[in-house]
Amino acid sequence: MRIVVTAKYVPDINTERGFSEGRVVRTAGEGTLNELDENAIEAALQLVEAERASGRVGPDEGEVVVVTMAGPDGDLALRKAFQLGVDRGIRVSDDALAGSDYFGTAAVLAAAVRRLGDEAPVDLVVTGMAALDGLGSVVPTLLGAELGLPTLNLAKKVSLADPDGSGQRVLTITREIDDVTESLAAPLPALLSVTDGANQPRFPGFKLIMAARSKVIEVWSPADLGLDPAAAGSAGARTETLTAAPRPERPEVELVTDKGEGGVALADFLIRNDLV
Amino acid sequence: MTNRTVLVLLDPATEVRTSTLELLTIARGLGRVEAVTLEAPTVEVLAQLGAYGIETVHQAEPARDGSCVSGDERHLPAVVAAALAAAVRLTDADVVLLPTSFAAKEAAALAAHDLGAGLVIDASSLRDVHGHVVAGKRVFAGSWDTECAVTADVAVVTVRANSAVAQPAPAAVGPVTEGYAVEVPASSVTLLSREVKTDTSGRPPLDQAAVVVAGGRGTDGDFGPVEDLADALGAAVGASRDAAFEGWWDSYVGQTGVTIAPRVYIGAGISGAPHHRGGMQASQVIVAVNSDPEAPIFEICDFAVVGQLADVLPQAAAEIRKRKS
Ligand SMILES: Cc1cc2nc3c(=O)[nH]c(=O)nc-3n(C[C@H](O)[C@H](O)[C@H](O)COP(=O)(O)OP(=O)(O)OC[C@H]3O[C@@H](n4cnc5c(N)ncnc54)[C@H](O)[C@@H]3O)c2cc1C
Repeated sequence: MRIVVTAKYVPDINTERGFSEGRVVRTAGEGTLNELDENAIEAALQLVEAERASGRVGPDEGEVVVVTMAGPDGDLALRKAFQLGVDRGIRVSDDALAGSDYFGTAAVLAAAVRRLGDEAPVDLVVTGMAALDGLGSVVPTLLGAELGLPTLNLAKKVSLADPDGSGQRVLTITREIDDVTESLAAPLPALLSVTDGANQPRFPGFKLIMAARSKVIEVWSPADLGLDPAAAGSAGARTETLTAAPRPERPEVELVTDKGEGGVALADFLIRNDLV
Repeated sequence: MTNRTVLVLLDPATEVRTSTLELLTIARGLGRVEAVTLEAPTVEVLAQLGAYGIETVHQAEPARDGSCVSGDERHLPAVVAAALAAAVRLTDADVVLLPTSFAAKEAAALAAHDLGAGLVIDASSLRDVHGHVVAGKRVFAGSWDTECAVTADVAVVTVRANSAVAQPAPAAVGPVTEGYAVEVPASSVTLLSREVKTDTSGRPPLDQAAVVVAGGRGTDGDFGPVEDLADALGAAVGASRDAAFEGWWDSYVGQTGVTIAPRVYIGAGISGAPHHRGGMQASQVIVAVNSDPEAPIFEICDFAVVGQLADVLPQAAAEIRKRKS
């Protein structure tokens, strides 16, 4: 069972986030592994562990590889992934990749998965449901399309089985999207994206924290992946940011302490402002 | 006005939600608007589309390997995407608009991938600038406003509910439905089951409502006061993720839940964690009821009551009912 997880380095949600010259400002030390990718890593680790427990693979077989597209700061995200127990971390990096849109990002990640596939077959690609900076939620779908893999998105429940005993493993998911509950299945290899309801990411253990410090991060360039730089980065983008401005500050909050009339004050505020 | 063709997705074709009427209104500002469906629109739906100026409804007839794709499978993102891409090729359309939802995002991404189109997710406005489609978008929990131009020939855009005020066209028309064949690519994804939640509350859907009352951990599991105020206001009810994960309420507001931007958001017993703010901070007016005067949600509020929600909400509901009658 060989699983590739894609992960993103994003500005910490608890810090001020903003733009400069149309791009997200990334200050060293203020970024982190996208929290939702922890769910992807957890799902991958659990699947490998389940395969080992079932005896379908040996106790030392199976691998979880994490790939990120980022500048050198992105190593912070990979270190966090190592702490959680992934086996291998790869950063795809190049100045020309800056400003990639959804399609460029998917193309680069797909090229990295393909190269990993050239080394040994990749059974599954797992992603988080969204990156907490952009929140587009479309890169998993595009990555699946680039790779030509069946795509099971936004899983809340995941299970892997060998239903007819042929050795062909089938992934089944349940998802609740909008007002619909669906159950979908696809044979491996496949692409899976998981929601934050799919699992509870584990806490890093001391041994893994220590080991994560010295793990080697592989850095790949677009050339290593046989990628045309024009396919990604701002050169290949199909949208162009024109303006970015902080929204005007809200006026000072009108704060009422309830001494028995708080509800009336609330109703009064809504009626007074024509909001009812 | 340009001679652009704008396609708007209508899925399901059995109702036109307010968010779709808003979308049709926005679409009219960009060009000539036509609808795309995957099933026959009802008579009521056609009348509504006509009132919004839609003359042509393209009804996809999807088939895979020579057999017709029917039933629930028609709503699968891959099928919707194939229908949209085929409709663009058929009509030579320049823009495809979908209301924002997780299913629509997936269909939009696949259609854009197929068409080589530019993709914008969660736009809050759309306008024409020198022949380019320019989308406005609120990012970082609504704290920044950005605008981006689509530079590809075709633009696929999902638009958030409450981005415009729905307005019928100056003159109503009688829409004509035209079928068109769609070849859906082979797929090894099997749909095992699909169930649409039927909402019997009579409240507007959370992702579209103009007013939302949301309850958090502070409700301690009792959503009665939240529902009471929502009903007095004709509002939708939402929750924080923690309240939803406790099983106290179905759907939650936030970055990984439903993203909303209603006219009014009222949060009760919700602390205002960044993940929650990310899904509601773009609301026009924010009101909070919280017993803790230091609750972070107060930093982004327009109006706040420090107090017990079990006292404040029912009193507000009663007062609103009294004043409205
Ligand atoms: C990756 C990730 C994604 C997440 N996505 C989301 C998301 O999309 N949406 C979301 O909501 N959360 C999300 N969360 C969780 C989020 O971080 C917070 O934990 C959650 O929003 C807190 O919910 P709460 O405000 O109901 O609870 P709390 O933070 O516990 O706040 C409860 C509030 O109720 C007040 N209170 C208590 N009793 C009363 C009373 N009687 N009357 C009035 N007030 C009272 C308290 O003062 C407190 O402020 C996410 C977390 C992670 C890690």
